[in-house]
Amino acid sequence: MTAATAGQLLPLLILLPVTGATLLLGLGRYLPHGLAWGIAIVTVCLNGGAAAVGFSMAGHARLVGWLGGWRPDGAAGVVGIALVGDRVSLGLILVAAGLIVAALIFSWRYFTTQPHHFHALMLFFLAGMVGFALAGDIFTMFVFFELMGVAAYALTGMKVEDPSALQGAINFGIVNSLGAYLTLVGVAVIYAHTGALNLAQLSQILPQQGKATLVVGFVLLIAGYLVKAAIVPFHFWLDDAHAVAPTPVCVLFSGVMVELGLYGAARVYRIGFSSTELAAGAHQLFLIMGLVTAGLGALMCLLQRNLKRLLAYSTIAHLGIFLTVLASGTADAYGGLIVYLIAHAALKGALFLSAGMILNRFRSVDEFTLLKRRTVESGRDRALAITFAIAALGLAGVPPIGVGLGKALAETAMTEQGASWAPYFMIIISALTAGAVLRSGARIFLGIGAVRDDIEAEAMSGDEELLEIEVGDRVPMTMLAPALGLLACSFAAGLLGRLPTVATRMAAQFLDIQGYVDAVLHGATGYRPEPETAPSWALGSVLTALLSVLAAGVVCVLSLYRDRLPAPVRRGAPLLAPARVLHRLHSGRIGDYAVWLLIGIGGAAALVAV
Amino acid sequence: MSYYPYAVGLAIVLLGIIGIARSRDLVHAVVCLSISQSGTYVLLLAVGFDRGGVAPIFGSTVSRSTRVVDPVVQALTLTDIVVSAAVTSMLLAVVLQIAKRRDTVDPDQLRSLEG
Amino acid sequence: MTPRVRLVMLLVGLAGVVVMLATALPELPGFGGHTHPYRDRAMTAAYHQSTANAVASVNFDQRAFDTFGEETILIASVMGVAALVRRLPEEQRRERRQRGHVLESTRWAATVFLPLTVLLGADVVTHGAITPGGGFQGGAIAATGIHLLYLGGRYRLLERLRPLALFEVTEAAGLAGFLAVAVTGLAVAGSVLANFLPRGQLTQLLSAGTVPALNFAVGVAVASSIILLIAGFLEQALAITGHRSDSQADDEAAS
Repeated sequence: MTAATAGQLLPLLILLPVTGATLLLGLGRYLPHGLAWGIAIVTVCLNGGAAAVGFSMAGHARLVGWLGGWRPDGAAGVVGIALVGDRVSLGLILVAAGLIVAALIFSWRYFTTQPHHFHALMLFFLAGMVGFALAGDIFTMFVFFELMGVAAYALTGMKVEDPSALQGAINFGIVNSLGAYLTLVGVAVIYAHTGALNLAQLSQILPQQGKATLVVGFVLLIAGYLVKAAIVPFHFWLDDAHAVAPTPVCVLFSGVMVELGLYGAARVYRIGFSSTELAAGAHQLFLIMGLVTAGLGALMCLLQRNLKRLLAYSTIAHLGIFLTVLASGTADAYGGLIVYLIAHAALKGALFLSAGMILNRFRSVDEFTLLKRRTVESGRDRALAITFAIAALGLAGVPPIGVGLGKALAETAMTEQGASWAPYFMIIISALTAGAVLRSGARIFLGIGAVRDDIEAEAMSGDEELLEIEVGDRVPMTMLAPALGLLACSFAAGLLGRLPTVATRMAAQFLDIQGYVDAVLHGATGYRPEPETAPSWALGSVLTALLSVLAAGVVCVLSLYRDRLPAPVRRGAPLLAPARVLHRLHSGRIGDYAVWLLIGIGGAAALVAV
Repeated sequence: MSYYPYAVGLAIVLLGIIGIARSRDLVHAVVCLSISQSGTYVLLLAVGFDRGGVAPIFGSTVSRSTRVVDPVVQALTLTDIVVSAAVTSMLLAVVLQIAKRRDTVDPDQLRSLEG
Repeated sequence: MTPRVRLVMLLVGLAGVVVMLATALPELPGFGGHTHPYRDRAMTAAYHQSTANAVASVNFDQRAFDTFGEETILIASVMGVAALVRRLPEEQRRERRQRGHVLESTRWAATVFLPLTVLLGADVVTHGAITPGGGFQGGAIAATGIHLLYLGGRYRLLERLRPLALFEVTEAAGLAGFLAVAVTGLAVAGSVLANFLPRGQLTQLLSAGTVPALNFAVGVAVASSIILLIAGFLEQALAITGHRSDSQADDEAAS
């Protein structure tokens, strides 16, 4: 199969899950639970397999497919829609398919009343993610962004018996849709100036546009994607939705959906705007927003007592780090980011699945409730406790799990670029978030520490969360196995010696704008030769990784035993007042979120323009 | 004067957002969301307008050399309308369930997500 | 935030966004200008494809994939609504008694206009490639027509006229039709959604190749989707009561 043929087959990656969903839609009523589940999982596996074939082919040439055969030829120009598959977009599809398989296995016994709804929505969700990842056209991106959204809102609210799930779904739905409409306004502004929607075409036209147009077009266009990526101050919906969505859905949200938001922003920026006069401003925007997001996410993470909400804030913090790395713009840093992202998706998935098991086994995801009840004995649930502990340590960066490797690669590259603060920044953020997760595990599984009555305790507890399914005394294998599988993937990300090299090449191809334009508009799909290789674990990276694990341990112990600190330190704690304010800002009220959206857009425009 | 229609479209988008920010009722908020989206229709159609152009449908009055308005933005608007209908119905279904569970749809009284 | 703080913050945010938009507005090409590069390309393409309605050509030929995505969104949302407004175990369905009063004239108007509206919908779908309209518009009209029965006070008749299980199948069939055309394009002409049928003569009923076929598939899917959507909401509003008593639940469990 040639790359050109493979390109024309790209749309099948979207048609396939839609076909599966159509089958479930038409026949779902008459299918037994097992069969509906089987159709869903077979479809996702086929999709993953096809994406893997595409991934391997995309190593040699970009895959470009013109829908309906509307290839641009000479005078006629671009009228059709292009799908572009490179290793980054196809890799994201692989991650999505892998996580959905894990989520479907985990949910084997869920939703026994009307299972085909859940499964069909999962397939629609996959179709949306695939379409968004492959689209080479800003309006097509909007359409599949909305498909992803609609499926995600429904999946969040699946547990209609639970009012907080519904509220999470409505906040998520309104804020994300608003973001999407702002993106559409951006599309309209850009269309007005250029008469083009194709990204490659825009890449050629946009450098001739005026500054104000570029600022408005860019900020609005990426607004929706930044909302999806939960970048401060657009992040409010994320913890509302993650805290209440069914566990298998959270795995997808945290592992790949929000990352796709970042991917959208990065793709549009790189192809469309990086050769305009906006480049420096956009760099500044990504950097500042990334730093703020990471810091705020980490702080809020530490203040939570609801395990799922805590994990949600840790995701926000990690997305902040991702955005900061994206700002750097070198292939080595992006390569590290890819390794980091894969391992993070696997670990976050394993952690959310653990939270789901804790919920279904002990009827709460609240640290203090579980601590008070002391029903959890790590002995009886040893496998669960160990999974949780390894995943938490992996999040801190413990070798040989991939997160540590990815972070080390990225921070080395950033340091070489002159950002000497990068290693410290990453150590602090991962120590805070992983420390919080470890603390949570220590309280839940080991029963360490005392129940608090200060700000941490004021946070919403995880007691209101309804039980998803009765599991009785023993966590079933169908729930434990996917978590273990994801954990294994995170190890693989760190241990596959070739991965950093492959990732760096992926990154170099992602950054090669001229190559993208030539592939889409002129059919020259080959890559320029790229000899670079990237190292795997080095002594230095092992040491920084261990350092951040140590720091996470310190954070964990400090927050467990804060009461035993010397009195002046405890009382003086100057951070508590701002923490309270932060806490209050996360009000769960949709009106506030709309206000923050406006402020964020204005702020972003100012940052880009100055 | 020649930018006025764009300003109207953008103003509708912003009015929708203001409505959501000040909303005391989730049904109202969802409707404001679709108002915000209608602003995008106005903007798109304004962008595609050509003074003196007619509808882009070939026939007895329209030939290849006739000046027409932009069919692309109309097609995009059509797509956009269906998206809006889908999202609105979806969100209204959620609001309906909230009303049944909580007996209120005032965001200020639904405080379970705080913190 | 207190309402007051929220208002102040809102004004701050609004000011920022307005300033941003105001700086870009004067750079926009003036309203009603004559330069529309994509329009020129799209019109040429529509002409070559013998599709009189250029909007349909963009929607179902040149950018048909957007339409596919959008139809998928609609169907996903029907699925989502079905999942969200489903009847819970503690709720029960009640027979709806005829309540209220419907004017005789309303009843007659509904009866007369029902077939006309459905017919109009079918007409709009069929002529989608050559006159204004198409699958969405026609599907929406037809679905609305059926609901005239509700306005005419005949909810029970409406319930009988729209067997929901059947509409789930037709909805899926509409989407499957779209998929089939898309894949046939790949098999016959080498790319998904290729317009592989003979284009015919401009402004003839059977012109534009696959555009009428896609219009028809979309019309069926949209009509079914809207009927299912409205049915979900009507059920909730009219036919489902709140919590039932425990004795009733026991009765049902026993039966």
